[in-house]
This record gives sequence, C-alpha cells and structure tokens, in this order.
Amino acid sequence: MAVGDAGASRNRLAVAGARATTKAMLRQQPRGDVIRNTLFAGLLLMAVAIALAGLFALLIQAFAKGSSALSLDLITNPPSTAFPEKAGYRPAIVGSLMLIAGVILFVIPVGIGAALYLEEYADKSRWWNKLIEVNIQNLAAVPSIIYGILGLAFIVRGPLDLGFILAAGSLTLALLVLPMVIIAAREAVRAVPDSIRQGSLALGATQWQTIRAQVLPASIPGIATGVILAVSRALGETAPLLLVGATVFVTFDPTPFGSDGYSAMPVQIFNYALRPQEEFQALAAAGIILMLVVLLAMNSFAIWLRNRYEQRW
Amino acid sequence: MSSGTAIAPEPAGGPPRRLQASSKRRGEKAIQWLLAFCGVLSVLTTTAIVASLIIPTIDFFNVVPIDEFLFGTDWSPQFEPPSFGVLAVVAGTLNVTFWGMLFAIPIGLGSAVYLSEYASPRVRKTLKPVLEILAGIPTVAIGFFAVSFILPEIIVPLWPNALLGGAAGKPFMALAAALGIGLMVVPIIASISEDAMSAVPRGLREGAYALGATKAKVAMRVVFPAALSGIVASVVLAISRAAGETMIVVLAAGSTPQFTLNPVEPIQAMTSYIATTATGDISTGSLDYRSVFAVGTVLFVMTLVMNVISIRLVRKYREVYD
Repeated sequence: MAVGDAGASRNRLAVAGARATTKAMLRQQPRGDVIRNTLFAGLLLMAVAIALAGLFALLIQAFAKGSSALSLDLITNPPSTAFPEKAGYRPAIVGSLMLIAGVILFVIPVGIGAALYLEEYADKSRWWNKLIEVNIQNLAAVPSIIYGILGLAFIVRGPLDLGFILAAGSLTLALLVLPMVIIAAREAVRAVPDSIRQGSLALGATQWQTIRAQVLPASIPGIATGVILAVSRALGETAPLLLVGATVFVTFDPTPFGSDGYSAMPVQIFNYALRPQEEFQALAAAGIILMLVVLLAMNSFAIWLRNRYEQRW
Repeated sequence: MSSGTAIAPEPAGGPPRRLQASSKRRGEKAIQWLLAFCGVLSVLTTTAIVASLIIPTIDFFNVVPIDEFLFGTDWSPQFEPPSFGVLAVVAGTLNVTFWGMLFAIPIGLGSAVYLSEYASPRVRKTLKPVLEILAGIPTVAIGFFAVSFILPEIIVPLWPNALLGGAAGKPFMALAAALGIGLMVVPIIASISEDAMSAVPRGLREGAYALGATKAKVAMRVVFPAALSGIVASVVLAISRAAGETMIVVLAAGSTPQFTLNPVEPIQAMTSYIATTATGDISTGSLDYRSVFAVGTVLFVMTLVMNVISIRLVRKYREVYD
C-alpha cells in the first residue's frame, strides 16, 4: 500500500510539474508571437481587401458614370460625334459578334485538333512534339499587341494580303486565343482515363473511332469551358484590333469582307474614352457596363458548366 | 460474333507495342495527319510572328544604325531629323511595370498566402472566383478606370505634393497606368502562387507545428520557401503581362517618350508607341512603319525571355510535389 501511495503521489507530482512547465512556456512564448501573428493576419486581410476594393471601385465607378447613358439607344444607334446624347454602339456590337463568330469557327476545330494530336497521337519523346508543346505555352504569353503586328504584316498585308477587313481581325483574334483553347482542351482530354480508351480498343474500335465516340464526348464540358473563356478574352481584346483596321469611326453595320472598315465593342469604348467631353465619357462607361455584363455572364456560365458536368472517374 | 478478324495477328518481332485495332480503317492515317497539322499550325504562327517582326526590323536598321537605336535615350520620330533611341520607350515600359509590380506583388502574394493558409474552405471557394473576375475584365475598362478614377480621385489627392511635387493637374502619368496594371496582374500572382502553396504537402506544415511554430511562421518560413519556384514564376509571368499591356498605358500614361522612372511623369511605353503609330493609315514604306516592328522585336524578345523563365519554374515545382 505504502509503495502504491508513493507511486501515485509521485505520479501526481510529475503531472503537476509538466503542466506548470507547459503553462510557463506557453505564457512565455506568445506575447510577441500573438501580436506578430495578428499583425500578419491583418496584413494579409488588408491585401485581399485592397484587391477586392479595386474590383468593386471599378464596377461602381462604371455604373456611376455610365448610368445616365444607359438606354436602348446604346444598342440600336450608331456612334455619332455630333449628337453624343443619341450615340450608341450598334456597328461595334455587330462587328464584335461577327468577329467572335469567326473566332469560334476557327478555334474550335483547330484547337481541338491540336489538343487531340498532342494527347492521343504524339510521341512525347520526339523533339518535334516537345517543340510544339513548349511553343504553345510560349504563344499563350505573347503580348496581344504582337499578334496585332502579326495581323498587320502577315494577314492584312504580306502573304495573306486580306486588306483591312473584318475577317482579318477575326483571324488575328483567333490566333491570339488559340493557345488558350489548346491548353484547356488538352487538360480535358487528359482527364479521360485510359481504361475507357483501352476498353474501346479492346472491342475492336480503331483509334479514331475511340477518340470520336469515347474520348471527345467525355471531354466536351472541359473543352466548352475553355472555348467560352477564350471567346470572352477575344471579346474584350482591343490592342491587336487597332493594328488590323478596327480604328475608324464606323457608323454603319460592318460586313465580314467589306473594305469600308469595321469596329468592335472595346475599340468603340476606347474611341469614346479618348474624348474629354462628359457625354462621351458617360458613353464609354455605359459601354463598359454592357461589356462587363456580357463577359460576366459568359464566365459564370463557363464556371457553371465546368462544375455541372465535371466527371469524376 | 466471330468474323475471324477480331484477333490481331502478332507482328513477327514480338507483341505489338501499342493497342491497335486489327484492321486499319481507310482515312485513319489521314485524320492523324490532319490533327498533326493543327498542332503544327501553332509553330507556324510563331514562325510567322518572328518573320513579320524581323524582316521590317532589318530594313529599319539599314536606315537607323543599330547602336543608335539600342543605346539612344531620345525617342522623337516626328522631329526633323528623327531620333530613334529605343531606351526612352523601354524606360516608359519599365517605369509602368516597376511601379505596378511594387503594388501588385505584396497585394497578390498577401492574397495568395491568405487564401492558401488562413481562409476557410468556404471563404476560399467564394473569394477565388471573385478575384478571377478581375482577371476577366477587359483592359480597356481598367484603362478607363485608371485615367478617370485612380488618377483624379486617388493619386492626385493622396500624393505628397509638398514633399515630392509634380502630381497636381496632370491628365496622364505613369503611376495611374502602373496602378491599373497592378490591379490587372494581382489575380495572376494570387492564383498561380496559391496553386503553388496549396501543392506544398501537409506533412511539412504539420512538422513545423509539432516543433511549436506559429501560423505566421509556418506560412512564411515553411510554405513560402517550399513554394518559391511557383511564386517566382507567377511574378515573372505578371511582369511579362505588365510589360506587354497596351490599353491601360495608352489611356492613362500619356504619349510623351521620356527616359525616366519618375512615376508622376507622363511617359510612352513600347506598346503604346506601337498601338498609336501603326493604326490603319500609316504608309507601308515609311520609317515610322518599320520602327513599329523594331520596337515590337524588342518587346517580343523581352517578354519571351520572361515567359521561358516562368514556364521553366512552373514545371520545376510541379515536378517536386506531384
């Protein structure tokens, strides 16, 4: 009994000692650390807050400046320097829609084709396939104005010699966003598990039949997301269009191959924004609202699409 | 059921190297070539970019000596005689990029650390897409915001004019464009850095906690260094984007080529020279026309170097933790 008592009390003593030490250490350590920790977390929160404040300030400012010009005239009327109160974006909207249609027509087959080649056919150890891969990554980060130079020297003039027509602008924008589509489509194709391919091949399908009937349908949501994001990028792009002809003040609806000039939404906004008068500033802001609404809707749809149809294998 | 063609004949040299259908369908090879062509098209694009930059640039150097171009600091193509010292517009780009990154790096990295280490999953799930909206805003809108809000409502009232001087009453200045560009690249830095930090294995964090490290210490001394290559990659990519940005600089920074890093001066960047000079009505043979390509070549080479560095770094961190 005496031995047990002694053991228990020694035990209790040891626990008390350990607790005291821990408490002392905990109390001693924080002081500075607590302050530093809170300060650090505060700084991080501030960083996030500044980024968000910038975003909201941009949106609020556009609405504050542009709400006076928001009306149906904005969509139905052509731009005008003489009557800013009646001016609108009609030719620019038509131009942008045509530009985007061209981009989609070009980018979907070529982008998916390149992605399928790289993921399904290419032997990754060959230097030319590595070259294509690195090249696409690089192209995705080339400044958009450089694509404008390409468009000017290669598509408008030079080898293709299309002239300053809408189709040339469309092709320039398509080349600009093509790497984005390829990269997104590759990720979507890569996410399809090999067992699907092997199953199809084992049933006697050829490689192309496997791709067409199994791989492509399974990766369509991912590809669609990439295409929408790319199109929304093309829609907001201004700089390359300035170089390939979308600069003139166009008051009529453009045609794809007409050489009378064309305009696009962001270019028209830019045109208005350059004019110091209050009315044109309001028009620019109203155009920005219009474009932000469209882009936001497109991007939200892309994100929804990705979440809705994302397959877990 | 058994038509006899179901079993692929073994080639003489052993089992087939990859799974393939027994009978080749016609057109199968043609499709492969067609798809390969789509891939090759991207290489052709690069070749076309390089060709369309280089050829007029060589023409340009036949008129303007290359050393005068590369080392001159006076850019006045409209004067007689014209002067093409590219350093003036390079300085404009560096000016805007430098001040923009000074704003964007702390904000972007702070947001990334917050999202990856402090935010609850729910907060992260809402905050990240909101920040990504910022990445989707057209730059012409950001440029408009920079010149009509950031400059008159933020910079002019807050700038210590008495101390540093120079900000009052200016309709354009580098700093306005720089802040706009900063706002534009924050989501690039935040998003890529956050990916890199989230890829750091939990074990490293838990090890540090077990040794008694605080949350701030884990974030700064463990996660941050472990994700460094991804973080640097995001910053390099952001610098490349900032240098290549056109609309914000055209709208907010002015069009006065100046060899200065002073943020409250109006400047002209390489991109804005290109965008304002090569518009439609310029005649093909003129020196101005060719100078656009020379400036474009400088810009292309600068951004290419940064992109290559960034791509290398991203690949490095992916290899370490995947």
